[in-house]
Amino acid sequence: MPHKTFMAFIWPSLLAMILFIALPILSVGYQSLFIEHEQIVVVSENCGPFGCTKEASVDAEAMAELRAEQPAGRFNGLDTYSNASHLAFDEIGEIFATSENFGEIRNRIMNLPFYKALIFTLAYTFIVTPLVILLGFIIAIVVNSIPKLLKGPVIFFSLLPMLVTPLVGSLVLFWMIDSRGIIGAALQTIFADPSLSLKASPALTWVTLFVYGVWHSAPFAFVVFYAGLQTVPQDTLESAMVDGASRWERVRFVTIPYLMPLATFIALMQLMDNFRVFEPIIGFSAAASATSLSYLIYNDLRAAESPLFGSAAATSMLTIVGVIILLLPVLRRNWREFNRKT
Amino acid sequence: MANLANRKPPSLVFVSTAFVLFWLVVAAFPFLWTMWGSFKVEGDFFSRADWMNAITGPVTQRQNGSAFTGAGYEGAWVQQEFWRAVINTSIVVFFTVVISLTLGTLGGYALARSGFKYTFWLLMAALVFRAMPHVTLVSGYLLPFFELNIWGYLPTTIIVLVAINQPFTLWMLHSFFLSIPKDLDEAAMVDGCTRFQAFRLAIIPVMWPGVVTTGLFSFLLAYNDFTVTSMLLTQENATMIPKINSFLGSTQEEGKVMYAVAAVVSAIVPLFVLILFFQRQIVSGLTAGAVKG
Repeated sequence: MPHKTFMAFIWPSLLAMILFIALPILSVGYQSLFIEHEQIVVVSENCGPFGCTKEASVDAEAMAELRAEQPAGRFNGLDTYSNASHLAFDEIGEIFATSENFGEIRNRIMNLPFYKALIFTLAYTFIVTPLVILLGFIIAIVVNSIPKLLKGPVIFFSLLPMLVTPLVGSLVLFWMIDSRGIIGAALQTIFADPSLSLKASPALTWVTLFVYGVWHSAPFAFVVFYAGLQTVPQDTLESAMVDGASRWERVRFVTIPYLMPLATFIALMQLMDNFRVFEPIIGFSAAASATSLSYLIYNDLRAAESPLFGSAAATSMLTIVGVIILLLPVLRRNWREFNRKT
Repeated sequence: MANLANRKPPSLVFVSTAFVLFWLVVAAFPFLWTMWGSFKVEGDFFSRADWMNAITGPVTQRQNGSAFTGAGYEGAWVQQEFWRAVINTSIVVFFTVVISLTLGTLGGYALARSGFKYTFWLLMAALVFRAMPHVTLVSGYLLPFFELNIWGYLPTTIIVLVAINQPFTLWMLHSFFLSIPKDLDEAAMVDGCTRFQAFRLAIIPVMWPGVVTTGLFSFLLAYNDFTVTSMLLTQENATMIPKINSFLGSTQEEGKVMYAVAAVVSAIVPLFVLILFFQRQIVSGLTAGAVKG
């Protein structure tokens, strides 16, 4: 296809992506170098019958003018990146200098908002992803062995947790784990602890979110593996059996190697999706004990008086760097494959 | 012979059946439970006394005279004007799907038929774009949109959702078009068609299965979106998911939680119907990317 025809076909799509994906990234980069204007304070003197008092107030008019002139705020360089709510270099240095043991370092770092969010995001990504692959694989193997008649309904119900919006799905679970909901009450009975609440302790909240993540994504892995299982060559399975392989050995040495590329694919998709975990935190009202990078950005943009564009943009830039690091191995592999093909 | 390889001892059949049942309960029970509970009052759905109350509904019976009540739905749809959000969602979803499929088929076709190196780079860029957390993009939009005075309107949101959707649509349709033999449109071009005529006459008639599958996923993305719609739309233009979220903030007092429960169920039901009709396409769409690698 000549370049010109190619462009004729692809330009609308390309334009949309450049305008609304590439440019916003540049815009985020630009905004991250700026910070909100300082309040312009005017001191007015009120003289009454009992003498004069000085009163400081924000000059709203001048502020509005300044904002209209420089909407992004005033230039701040890279300071937003290094301040206490982002990379916090000074605080980290101080923590390492003054803490006595590892536990204290950990606790104090967990108090810094950016690191707290980063650690949760990474934990979520790297705990949920393998569990999803494992559970999805088990479900696929088992469903593959049940009578054909039942497969349709099973797949129907399996798809639900994945296709329902994360916010809605997490709300449904959130209401059930409420201490007055069925799961919450059941757990209290099982552990014979009437004060047990999954919302109270940070550790339990983390576990709840992980469980939600697995519940939400396992169907995806299941469906992909299930489709893969339909194409496993029967001859190989049979010859393995003739050679005396047990049921488990057939799964281990024939099925699993055959499905390996699918596992890579699921892992890639899951890493991308789990890294931006965000809605469950809102659905479970878990922000007090668990925040993710995406949640930090959302929170900055939702700040009470006016959005903290600079702070949100800096977190966004750091998140983008994280995404690229996460994708590097995949991009490299694809590049090699592409070179081999052409 | 094939049957021999698949024959199982009874113990294994038992274990696998039990596991499937367990998984079914885990996957489906929360939704069925919430649907059932949405017809109760809060005192039953969140019962301090006995979880069985959510099933039998004694408090609902005492308050309404019957074990079911539509109070939650009435409160959400009429009082809190959830119907407005439903209309907004329909508009956003419809236009997002139509526009992104139009752009996506053209682009995906071009990517599948051009052998130049830049197609690879475009696809890789699309992959990176696909991985971008949506909220980072939103933080890039907000300020420019405020400045241009286009913040808060449905068309803005539609365009943004289309753009966010493009990488995925391109990948999917690209791999779908690769599976349509090149000979088809090349034969048309030998017969004197231009590239566009070949696309229109030879490709469009056979592309519908792929387009329907991709369309389903565009639908899901637009329907399920929370990040973009919650940040880019005003209160009046809010779609369903942000609306549900706003119920949570303002309706913590007694009885109002059921509004949110009713709204959540209202948002789930269309998905139920969708899966019922399009299960096969959804499954094939989920695996399309995987099989092609």
